[in-house]
Amino acid sequence: MAQAGNRAASLASGADDEVIVQLSRVNKWYGAFHVLKDIDLTVYRGERIVICGPSGSGKSTLIRCINRLEEHQCGQIVVDGVELSNDLKNIDRIRSEVGMVFQSFNLFPHLTVLENCVLAPIWVRRMPRRQAEEVAMQYLTRVKIPEQAGKFPLQLSGGQQQRVAIARALCMNPKVMLFDEPTSALDPEMIKEVLDVMVELAREGMTMLCVTHEMGFARTVADRVIFMDRGEIVEQNRPEEFFANPKSERTRLFLSQILGH
Amino acid sequence: MATASDIDRPAAGEFRPKPDQPPPALSVGPLAWVKRNLFGSRFDSLLTLACLAALYYLVPAVWRWAVAEATFVGDSREACAPNPGACWVFVNVRIEQFIYGFYPQAERWRANVVVLLGLGSLTYALSEAMPWRKWVALFLILPYPVLAYILLLGGMFGLPPVETRLWGGLLLTLIIASVGISASLPLGIALALGRRSKMPVIQLLSIGFIEFVRAVPLITVLFMASVVLPLFLPPGSNFDQLLRALIGVSLFAAAYMAEVVRGGLQAVPKGQTEAAAALGLGYWSTMRLIVLPQALRYVIPAIVSNFIGLFKDTTLVLIIGLSDLLQMVKLATTDSKWIGLATEGYAFAGAVFFVFCFGMSRYSLYLERKLGTGYRR
Ligand SMILES: Nc1ncnc2c1ncn2[C@@H]1O[C@H](COP(=O)(O)OP(=O)(O)OP(=O)(O)O)[C@@H](O)[C@H]1O
Ligand SMILES: [Mg+2]
Repeated sequence: MAQAGNRAASLASGADDEVIVQLSRVNKWYGAFHVLKDIDLTVYRGERIVICGPSGSGKSTLIRCINRLEEHQCGQIVVDGVELSNDLKNIDRIRSEVGMVFQSFNLFPHLTVLENCVLAPIWVRRMPRRQAEEVAMQYLTRVKIPEQAGKFPLQLSGGQQQRVAIARALCMNPKVMLFDEPTSALDPEMIKEVLDVMVELAREGMTMLCVTHEMGFARTVADRVIFMDRGEIVEQNRPEEFFANPKSERTRLFLSQILGH
Repeated sequence: MATASDIDRPAAGEFRPKPDQPPPALSVGPLAWVKRNLFGSRFDSLLTLACLAALYYLVPAVWRWAVAEATFVGDSREACAPNPGACWVFVNVRIEQFIYGFYPQAERWRANVVVLLGLGSLTYALSEAMPWRKWVALFLILPYPVLAYILLLGGMFGLPPVETRLWGGLLLTLIIASVGISASLPLGIALALGRRSKMPVIQLLSIGFIEFVRAVPLITVLFMASVVLPLFLPPGSNFDQLLRALIGVSLFAAAYMAEVVRGGLQAVPKGQTEAAAALGLGYWSTMRLIVLPQALRYVIPAIVSNFIGLFKDTTLVLIIGLSDLLQMVKLATTDSKWIGLATEGYAFAGAVFFVFCFGMSRYSLYLERKLGTGYRR
């Protein structure tokens, strides 16, 4: 029933009918610790999803399962029509179609900004260097730092580094973008420059799954907000509904905590 | 109404910056440097004075022995008799043996070509901003070893053969050191990756090899290469003594190198491999493009330290009957005509080792500074 509701929600916001990520009854353990419990989630092409929840609830684990930085033990994850299994070929293929942005940027410090951006297109997509550089400059312009192309990552501010990380992911022309708390390591004035880039990306119709506590961002761009606690999806809804009248007591408590101050 | 900022700045009018004042005397300039670094505290001053005293006694003594009262020209021991200082004539007369060992005189040009070509192209490939550096480096990696092998060993293309037991002196030291260095780095990297591999068999083999070799002294490894290795070969097959030494030294150095590289690999944050994986790069691309360049950079000082250790350890091959530079010097000092001149001989050998090791050390510092670009904010 919830599923149908989502679908209506996403269709209403202009998202495509096509399923791009499908998780069914996904379970994961770290040793004996049950970190994901029976996760069902369907993401349609063009949908923007924000995932929130208290620390340790399994948000990072969930999105890291989608490009198999973490392995799930039960259930099924299908990305772009390919099921994630132990087949290494499939994994590399899916990873090249799914972009990821990390909380700690994870830029390659020994390469310049431009080299960071062209690396995967050249070595994974086998794109000629010239063309890869053109594409990279295009994306660096879109994240508004083309003039930093020749610098090394550690010479940039945190906000600039995170925008490079976004450009680097976009250079692979991904079908889905995953964000794991992309602004949590940033000073307030840099948060905005990164969020602006993300909002623009959302406007252009990129499929996004974003773990964040930036509720303003969730309100403006999300098609759906998912609340997780203790490895379960507690509630998901359109942002207006989600913030105005959360269904569960747990969600209400969480919202009052993060919106309270 | 007066606010805090009004009180900070009197109302007397415009803000006018104060003119720059020169720094107080004795805070800049050479005199200040001397004061801060040599006489910073009472203890520092004491140390400085003690060192100056030691230098005052040592330097003139060494200078007198090595230069002022030494003999440089002549062709026999008698030439040295009038001077109380060093008898460099000994080194002069024996220099060819120190450099070439027993390599036949008529063929020494081949050794010269190999060594000069090697050192020359190495220097070229390592110096920045030279055109075609990459090609010179490639030449060193691929055709050069084959060329060196053919030239030194002979027996083809009309070159008379020179058995490896005749090779010796500095030539042999350089051959063993350069083979050891160029084999140990790639082998060490492979072993380090193997040790961190998720495949139990590979991991076990790597750990076993590394721990076994490191637990055994080089002399033992050389002995084993010399005595045990032939046991595994078909009887009667003649396995070159030098080749055994080369294999022994390379494997030994590789085990140490593996641990150094592993240290570097561990210093690369997990986020780096995750970011590379998230972009779709496979294991080998990730290692080659992302992890190893960073890991090796962290451990340049330790790698070069290993190289220097290896260079000096080559002297141990005398144990299995090879005559490297040190062994040639030792042999010469036992010559009855030159008895009692060991100091000169060893001073010379020491100086040669110093030049090579110091050169490596300097290059390592230069490399660190160059590759540090971008790491510092
Ligand atoms: N590699 C691991 N081994 C064992 N336990 C882990 C591992 N990674 C995460 N966990 C545990 O799994 C739980 C979920 O972690 P996860 O990082 O997914 O939480 P999160 O919702 O992203 O939290 P946060 O908001 O703090 O980032 C946490 O309790 C964490 O301690
Ligand atoms: Mg997290």
